[in-house]
Amino acid sequence: MTTQSGTQKHRKQHISRRANAIQPSGIRKFFDLLSSIDGVISLGVGEPDYTTPWHIRESAIESIEKGQTMYTSNSGMPELRKELSRFLKNEYKVDYDPTGEILITVGCSEALDLTMRAIVDPGDEVIIPNPCFVAYSSCVTLAGGKPVNIPTCEANNFEISAADIEKHITNKTRAILIGYPSNPTGAVLSHQKLADIAALAKKYDLTVISDEIYSKLVYGVEFTCFASLPEMKERTVFLGGFSKAYAMTGWRVGYAAAPKEIIGAMHKIHQYTMMCVSTMSQMAAIEALKGDQESVTEMVEDYNRRRQVIVKGLRNIGLSCFEPKGAFYAFPSIKSTDMTSEEFAEKLLEEEKVAVVPGSAFGQCGEGYIRCCYATSLPDIEEALKRMGRFVKKYKKG
Amino acid sequence: MLRDILKILENDARATPKQIAAMTGMTQAEVTKLIKKAQDDRVILRYKAIVNWDKAENEHVLAWIGVKLEPQKDVGFDSIAEHIYRYPQAKSVYLVSGTVDLLVMVTGKNNHEIADFVSQKLSHIDGVKETITQFILKRYKEDGEIMEAEEVMKRQAVVL
Repeated sequence: MTTQSGTQKHRKQHISRRANAIQPSGIRKFFDLLSSIDGVISLGVGEPDYTTPWHIRESAIESIEKGQTMYTSNSGMPELRKELSRFLKNEYKVDYDPTGEILITVGCSEALDLTMRAIVDPGDEVIIPNPCFVAYSSCVTLAGGKPVNIPTCEANNFEISAADIEKHITNKTRAILIGYPSNPTGAVLSHQKLADIAALAKKYDLTVISDEIYSKLVYGVEFTCFASLPEMKERTVFLGGFSKAYAMTGWRVGYAAAPKEIIGAMHKIHQYTMMCVSTMSQMAAIEALKGDQESVTEMVEDYNRRRQVIVKGLRNIGLSCFEPKGAFYAFPSIKSTDMTSEEFAEKLLEEEKVAVVPGSAFGQCGEGYIRCCYATSLPDIEEALKRMGRFVKKYKKG
Repeated sequence: MLRDILKILENDARATPKQIAAMTGMTQAEVTKLIKKAQDDRVILRYKAIVNWDKAENEHVLAWIGVKLEPQKDVGFDSIAEHIYRYPQAKSVYLVSGTVDLLVMVTGKNNHEIADFVSQKLSHIDGVKETITQFILKRYKEDGEIMEAEEVMKRQAVVL
């Protein structure tokens, strides 16, 4: 509507309660500051600094050249589900029927969202570790559920414990959501700790949603697939993807593997909201699974080298840092500077042009910590450490 | 352990023992000792930079010469290869399977120099029956390095 003076009256938009219930990023100010500064070394990235291996890209290009551009089956190409089933059996000793127990999703992110919408009713509680990946509590809230935060701390290597979980279980608890190796901490749960959580899930008849997107990125420890634990397959929603292991973040291919009733419910939602994952991304994923895995091994070895450099480097400059055994993040404490995580990150960015992510972005228990991603070149890591060293020296108290 | 050091040095010959120690969890002393032994045992032969001479605008021509040998009484292929590799122009010499016996990589300031080397030196070596010269016209990739830098997509600076 136009008034006589010529200015347009702005319409007040109605936004749903559901959308209003989830919070925008708590570090908006930091993001805005970052976009205004040039020449920053960023340890705030969240994806591999590798390009997808050529043989995977090539197979997607071939499929486009051949004109394979139509929709695929909603649940994903049968060949991809079959390959994935074979892969999961070989790698993690879990048997999932490609027809009915596997769903190919638009990234592990969609798999997480679908899971929540498929199994969480309004008012249901979902237990999540704190700090954790930012999407966890938002996906629970969007599904009408209530996220229940379990504090983890540096003293216990940010590993969620069954004992702590049990204290928070109520008759409203629907599921436990765990994501190990963890973003942002790099923590990995041992077989024993996972078995303890499995015992709880059995005792209280809970579903466990296990986000294993970083399963390939473990250093010097065994990775245990939660669904492979005794009697857990029937109560686990196993979430995975191709983004981290195969450097396929932009392709948006992930999966969920779970009992057929759960996959059935997820499939229903997925077919109406997504139809199917991009065809060429699925072709690429097939090649990723079938092709030579050497590139994954080399990438993991490379990350391991950088992990050792960054952890040693952070400790050398006077920050306490527990040793992360997975993913590609270090989560050092900045408490010795008496600044909040956000203050530290902002000042570091302004004074030394190094970007790290304030731990507070990932939950209350992340306050006093920063997330440093080492999926970046060694020269950049070394230069960032040099600048951070100057900064810490300046602001460290006592 | 030595394998880890070799992989790092092969990728970056300038990596210092201190940096290698940080990357592998070994001590600097252990790394230095292993490197010295590898050098003494000629597991590590040399450290070098991979140079794109086309960009350096230097006069620098490369050619692959396929060499067919005449098997000679009492003289194996090794001694012929040795005779060839003693020439500094022969940068690489390999015994290969297939239609030729040796593959020799030769460098020179220009085509003439290489042609002269082949016709006046290489062809006259006892045992050399035939040479097939292939001049390298353009280098696309060498030792794992792509010559023309590919445009790399910039990552999002912060992703939660």
